[in-house]
Amino acid sequence: MILEALIAVVFVSALVVLLSPNEWAGRLAFALSLIPFAGSLYLWSGFNGSGNALTGGDIAYQTQIEWLEVGGRSVSWFVGLDGISLPLVVLTTFLVPLAIVSAWTPIDSRQSQFYGLMLFMEANLLGVFTALDFFLWFVFWEAVLVPMYFLIGVWGGPRRKYAAIKFFVYTNAASLLMFIGFMSLTFALGDSVTSFALPEITGAIADGGLGTWFGISPDRIAMVAFLAMFAGFAVKVPIVPVHTWLPDAHVEAPTPVSVLLAGVLLKMGTYALLRFNFTMLPEQASALAVPIAAIAVISVIYGAMLALAQKDLKRIVAYSSVSSMGYVILGLVVFTEYGVGGATFQMVAHGLISGLMFMAVGVVYNATHTRMVGDMAGMADRMPVTVGILVAGAFGYMGLPLMAGFAGEFFIFVGSFSAPALPYAPLFTALAMFGIVIVAGYLLSAMQSTLFGPFELSTDYEVGPAPFHDVAPLAVLLVAIIVLGVAPDIFFEMIRDAAVPVVEGVSIDG
Amino acid sequence: MVNSLPQVTALLPVLLLGFTGLALLLVDTLRPDTRSNTSMAVVSALGALASLAATVWFVASGTGSGDTGGAILLFADAVKVDTLGLFFTAIFASVTSLVVVAAHDYFHDHPNPATFYSLTLFAATGMSLLAVANSLAVVFVALEMVSLPSYVLVAFLKQNRGSVEAGLKYFLVGALSSAIFLFGISLVYAATGSLMLGEVAGVLGDIASDADGIGSRSGIAGLGIVMILGGVAFKTASVPFHFWAPEAYEGAPAPVSAFLSSASKAAGFVVAFRVFTEAFPVGASLAADINWVLAFGILAAVTMTLGNFAAAVQEEVKRMLAYSSIGHAGYALIGVAALSADGSGNGAVMGAAMAHLLVYGFMNTGAFLFVAMAERWGVGRTFEDYAGLAKRAPVASTAMAVFMFSLAGLPPFAGFFSKYFLFMGAIDNGFLWLAAIGAVNSVISLYYYSRVVKALFIDDPASPTALDTIDVRPTALYAAVVFAAVATVLLLPGFGPVIETAEAAASALF
Repeated sequence: MILEALIAVVFVSALVVLLSPNEWAGRLAFALSLIPFAGSLYLWSGFNGSGNALTGGDIAYQTQIEWLEVGGRSVSWFVGLDGISLPLVVLTTFLVPLAIVSAWTPIDSRQSQFYGLMLFMEANLLGVFTALDFFLWFVFWEAVLVPMYFLIGVWGGPRRKYAAIKFFVYTNAASLLMFIGFMSLTFALGDSVTSFALPEITGAIADGGLGTWFGISPDRIAMVAFLAMFAGFAVKVPIVPVHTWLPDAHVEAPTPVSVLLAGVLLKMGTYALLRFNFTMLPEQASALAVPIAAIAVISVIYGAMLALAQKDLKRIVAYSSVSSMGYVILGLVVFTEYGVGGATFQMVAHGLISGLMFMAVGVVYNATHTRMVGDMAGMADRMPVTVGILVAGAFGYMGLPLMAGFAGEFFIFVGSFSAPALPYAPLFTALAMFGIVIVAGYLLSAMQSTLFGPFELSTDYEVGPAPFHDVAPLAVLLVAIIVLGVAPDIFFEMIRDAAVPVVEGVSIDG
Repeated sequence: MVNSLPQVTALLPVLLLGFTGLALLLVDTLRPDTRSNTSMAVVSALGALASLAATVWFVASGTGSGDTGGAILLFADAVKVDTLGLFFTAIFASVTSLVVVAAHDYFHDHPNPATFYSLTLFAATGMSLLAVANSLAVVFVALEMVSLPSYVLVAFLKQNRGSVEAGLKYFLVGALSSAIFLFGISLVYAATGSLMLGEVAGVLGDIASDADGIGSRSGIAGLGIVMILGGVAFKTASVPFHFWAPEAYEGAPAPVSAFLSSASKAAGFVVAFRVFTEAFPVGASLAADINWVLAFGILAAVTMTLGNFAAAVQEEVKRMLAYSSIGHAGYALIGVAALSADGSGNGAVMGAAMAHLLVYGFMNTGAFLFVAMAERWGVGRTFEDYAGLAKRAPVASTAMAVFMFSLAGLPPFAGFFSKYFLFMGAIDNGFLWLAAIGAVNSVISLYYYSRVVKALFIDDPASPTALDTIDVRPTALYAAVVFAAVATVLLLPGFGPVIETAEAAASALF
């Protein structure tokens, strides 16, 4: 019952904060958000799951209560954790308190609503990562959009309305596509399943339960469903060419919202891809391995090139997220233990690193009120600690050894270089690795011109060091990144345990 | 069946509504000087709630269901209390209680609010009688009992030109459609020689199998059925008898619009559901060459498309809601349009339509009551006039956002499940085209519903003083709106019992 309690606590916290006075909503939200973090550490310490939740592994903290029935299939409250979802739950509960603290400086109106929505979003994110019933999962999945829409639309920058609507339309259209894809699968499964529980559906598909529906053959339905779901999740990830909502949303969103958007929301897309496309339909995934790997490499290179061309610090970080998510897709499609495991690990690592980058850029912006590369120089002079952490985070992005980003990318490249399921695997890997060079190029040049050299910024006030509560979350994040880089096994072991059955799904078939 | 006293108690929900209305009228006539708006509102709300409680109790204890000896027939079989009737009575009683509570604040300075309460309760009595009518004569009388108070209610603000004009239009179209409806009944009587629903069905079956004189009699019966269908289309505000709806809903006082568009529409559907399944069963009608299923299918498709496209181009919120309610009539019509002669999935799809009407009863009533609140505050009618309302009235605006997202069918709210069950029921019964049109319309509807949310939360007020008129807190209106929002949210986790009751009730018809 502990997972329910965790989600319920966050929902109640959201309501409490929503009704609290603006003056101390931020403090209250921070204090309340520590409860789920402590809870997730407790979950971690007592984690006893093994294998993959969808392929018959032991699910930790499982609850299954029937909710209702539709057309002979039951929908239930079915939650649980395995080695893939637990790290993401920990990531979510860890990032939210930090994002809340980073909001204390920039958010200066309607605070109780802002923090209430942040917590409401956290509750739904936890639901997305723990739900094992399709309907339950879908309800949480869509419920994440609503607070995000308001967070961008109300507290965002000058073009917030455009960005919020674009985000809402893109992701809702994508959800519909994915929903139709999944539903066609369940229709084709016919009587071979009696519920919407994901493990049952995965098992039925693996056992050849797909039948003919409306005169369409099972293979074709599986392929159509795969494509529809892939397209739907690709928007969320995002993958080139459906990434265009992301820079707009990031640039207009306030810093703490960007942190969660890059840190956790993008992972919803890759998590769902792993769960639905690659675990449920491994045959289709490996049949399409080459085009998917090509899209992944294009995302890596094209995203990095776009970042190279930007002048706005936030846009640079936003486009580099597109690039990093390309690595995750590559890791998934190669279907090796290290590839899939590394992709999952990279989700967590990128969550921490991109969170750190957005937060650091936000702290600089709080002081300078500009994010344009050309407007400032020599910031290291005035805010040495912030700039130091920003540089460290940038090196983490570039994959400096002993930081989390290195471990994630290293695992992915190890897994992808000699992948049997992917033709021309070494070529794809080499091309993707080239992306790291471009990342280094744009991050170093952007930092050189803004952070170092003589101080230069036209303001009518004195720019000084950032306040403690702005810097503290940055330091905490940096420590976490280094810890995960030095000892990746604290997560990687359980991730690998859950990734192996996914990989086996394909090697058996071919 | 003997008319013993315990049997008549099955009509308790209807009687409670009727007697409350009579009591109010009596007090108002005898002691006009002592009447107070508050006590009138409290009495009528208590009456409606008592009726609701009795209905829920009956449903829970299985009155009139197959488990406890089947439907209870009263008054020479002219009245038939079963789960279907009770389910709809629950919708009517819920909407009535919300509306009378809200009316307390809306008509706070009206010289004679007592008339409003008694007329509303009389209309509700007519609706709940309609829900248990088992003879075409009772159907017609009950329908008139709904219509006559409704005409007066629309024109209730007799000093207001819009209200009076709307009342006149409603009356003229209503009188015409009543005449058509009655003529249809007489034609059916001419062809079958009976007004009792069950007997009509029997004779219709004979006509179909009878070799002599099929042509003439089935032609008359078919014409009668089409005319009855016209009457249903008027009451449910479906194409082609929808013209009155936007005018009446816009011109009427907002609580009356809420009442008409939720309860009165549901009353139209109870006629469709009961009369068309019990008097003109699908199989017998098709055998007699009367394909009313196809007629309903075309009406459903045209109605939802027209309602949604018209709603998308409106500039006034109330008028948008009026067209959206036409669109929702189209969705609910799927319940009678997606029926098949073999009948296996008929109960599921009609039950889903009933559940949709229940959810719709809360979300649509809530939305119109929010408009009532805006009218009470004196803010304008257009989307622009609503801009920034969330800053002054965050709770009510949140409730409105819940209604809008739920009407659009977004997953975190009850509207998602009811639409989903409806479309899935249609697909299961072989009506993929209807479900597809419904799904496309649902996506379109998100555009105009989210416009309201955007105006409330994201847009800035037209001028800094635009919202200064919001100086009162209409407590009862607030309570009604918030209660409707809570119900809309709670119906998601609580959807199981609702859909099960509805499906059982609908299955009993086939």
